[in-house]
Amino acid sequence: MLPDDRGHFGPYGGRFVPEALIAALDELDAHYRKAMADPEFTGEFERMLREYAGTPSLLYDATHLSAHVGDVRILLKREDLNHTGAHKVRNVLGQALLTKRMGKGRVIAETGAGQHGVASATAAAYLDLECVVYMGEVDTKRQALNVARMKMLGATVIPVTTGSRTLKDAINEALRDWVTNVDDTHYLLGTAAGPHPFPAMVRDFVRGIGVEARAQCLALTGALPDAVAACVGGGSNAIGMFHAFVPDESVRLYGFEAGGDGIETGRHAASITGGSHGVLHGSRSYLLQDEDGQTIESHSISAGLDYPSVGPEHAWLHDQGRARYQPVTDAEAMDAFALLCRTEGIIPAIESAHALAGMLREIPALRAELGHEPTVIVNLSGRGDKDMHTAGEYFGLFDSGEVIG
Amino acid sequence: MTVSVAFEKARAEGRAALVGYLPAGFPSVAEGIAAVKAMIESGVDLVEIGLPYSDPVMDGPVIQRATEQALAGGVRTRDVLHTVEAVSGAGVPVLIMSYWNPIEKYGVDAFARDLAAAGGSGLITPDLIPDEAEEWLAASDAYQLDRIFLVSPSSTDERIAMTVAHCRGFVYATAVMGVTGARDSTSSAAPTLVSRVKAAAGNLPVGVGLGVRSGAQAAEVGAYADGVIVGSALVSALADGGLPALRTLTQDLRSGLTA
Ligand SMILES: Cc1ncc(COP(=O)(O)O)c(C=O)c1O
Repeated sequence: MLPDDRGHFGPYGGRFVPEALIAALDELDAHYRKAMADPEFTGEFERMLREYAGTPSLLYDATHLSAHVGDVRILLKREDLNHTGAHKVRNVLGQALLTKRMGKGRVIAETGAGQHGVASATAAAYLDLECVVYMGEVDTKRQALNVARMKMLGATVIPVTTGSRTLKDAINEALRDWVTNVDDTHYLLGTAAGPHPFPAMVRDFVRGIGVEARAQCLALTGALPDAVAACVGGGSNAIGMFHAFVPDESVRLYGFEAGGDGIETGRHAASITGGSHGVLHGSRSYLLQDEDGQTIESHSISAGLDYPSVGPEHAWLHDQGRARYQPVTDAEAMDAFALLCRTEGIIPAIESAHALAGMLREIPALRAELGHEPTVIVNLSGRGDKDMHTAGEYFGLFDSGEVIG
Repeated sequence: MTVSVAFEKARAEGRAALVGYLPAGFPSVAEGIAAVKAMIESGVDLVEIGLPYSDPVMDGPVIQRATEQALAGGVRTRDVLHTVEAVSGAGVPVLIMSYWNPIEKYGVDAFARDLAAAGGSGLITPDLIPDEAEEWLAASDAYQLDRIFLVSPSSTDERIAMTVAHCRGFVYATAVMGVTGARDSTSSAAPTLVSRVKAAAGNLPVGVGLGVRSGAQAAEVGAYADGVIVGSALVSALADGGLPALRTLTQDLRSGLTA
């Protein structure tokens, strides 16, 4: 069972952080292991997910979309229907509950577009924790509405003005806060990356996605799916979807990375398919870097996928050949975004539209490989309300300069 | 001169050693070299050359800004090695301080080889713990380089013992929980940490860093540590007042230790 005791997935993962954080990571690891074996904790976590977050999320038989595409059965895992509108609520509730259990009163979080920040602020409000969110200054301007949401929920938002002033710098600043205030503070990391135990712990908090989808698919169709698909930013919704299916060898796992303008342009966020081995933010994985190991800024139309590295378990699943990772361009994702709106009346997050676009592209090859009509599950990791500004601009829906925020 | 000889020399003079940090390429490669030379002439016993990195999670605003400027100016890993080569003949040991990814990208063995060839004495690794350092342990042995790992007030006794066992040259004690940056008062946690480290370190010198910015503070820290490490204050002096200010501060720090 991976990772090993020191958080390694083969050559990936581990802990590449200042010694000052090791005691806190050890403490977190010990608490999380104990908590996961304690029915009181897991029971309370499940209760919160069910009563507060609205899980299990539906597995929706997308018959209109399937008919439109033809010779395929597409099932959508509706994480977009969760409270706060994305899979991320699972992770934040788990970590916030663990924070309480550790006796800490303050959480800090990083956020890019603001989704994880809003989710963290939500969990902090619900569990009465102080919450500070670090957000690149560039992003606070692009996502003014989410800044307002976090503030309404009682969080403090700190704009980060160093480096590229985006998500990766917000993570740096959160790590700096953590190393200074580690006694009373938990770092509520937003994805399945970072130093051990974060990749394993975040996976365990979001793995309900795949556990539910597997059971729902068996109940609905009487069989396992032929494939499951998810978008991959840092990797949390994808690992949450994949984990329960990893032992099912007949189920193909597809991870779709943000291909931006196309891998060949260099303007993308595809760490596995367009990056190389290295260390960033505490673990060894694939990342976007130059010849000297300096991090290269990522580019994607989707803020949630706009991160220059990826969680270590994905690096491992890729190298093992267990999961297939491919890039999806901005244009492909936006086509799928529009298609789902029109066929099913569902506005997906642009992140999730990457998963759908990639799966649609791969269906003909999959059908040929299987020799029959495939059944596939696409993880609809979030809803698209937050993306309407981007979509409106992309599809030319606004009169000039009318809508802000 | 090796790191241990530099510490012995200071010890023989009845004082702590002064360890000065400046990033390579700040404000430019040539001016950075001149600055390190000025620091050596003004009395530092050991030099740390910072390798500018895009994601410096251990650094506060002063060093962040300086290394950002160095990177914006186009500094490369080879310029850092060139800086080491240019100052390593000046009579004090020269170490590189670097986050891990640039070294992994360069190739750990190749980096060790080129650092040794440039006359460097070793490497300080703020985000590499001995637990993950297998390749660097082998390379530093192969090229006889010193390796300086960090300990912190939050380290357990077991981790201090393990870390010290892997250090060569000296042990770097980060005196406060936090990032680099000058502070008005030095940490009260530092003397406790140093005595814990000394209990495990035997003869290995213990350097204390994070926060020192004046001769008076250096004297305070030098009373219980073998080395006083100064970074942000020197970078600020260079940024705001150029070489004259850098010399003045270095001399002040050094006289704090001599007095
Ligand atoms: C809806 C949605 N899906 C996916 C992601 C990408 O993150 P991850 O790869 O960790 O699932 C985000 C991140 O903000 C998101 O908001």
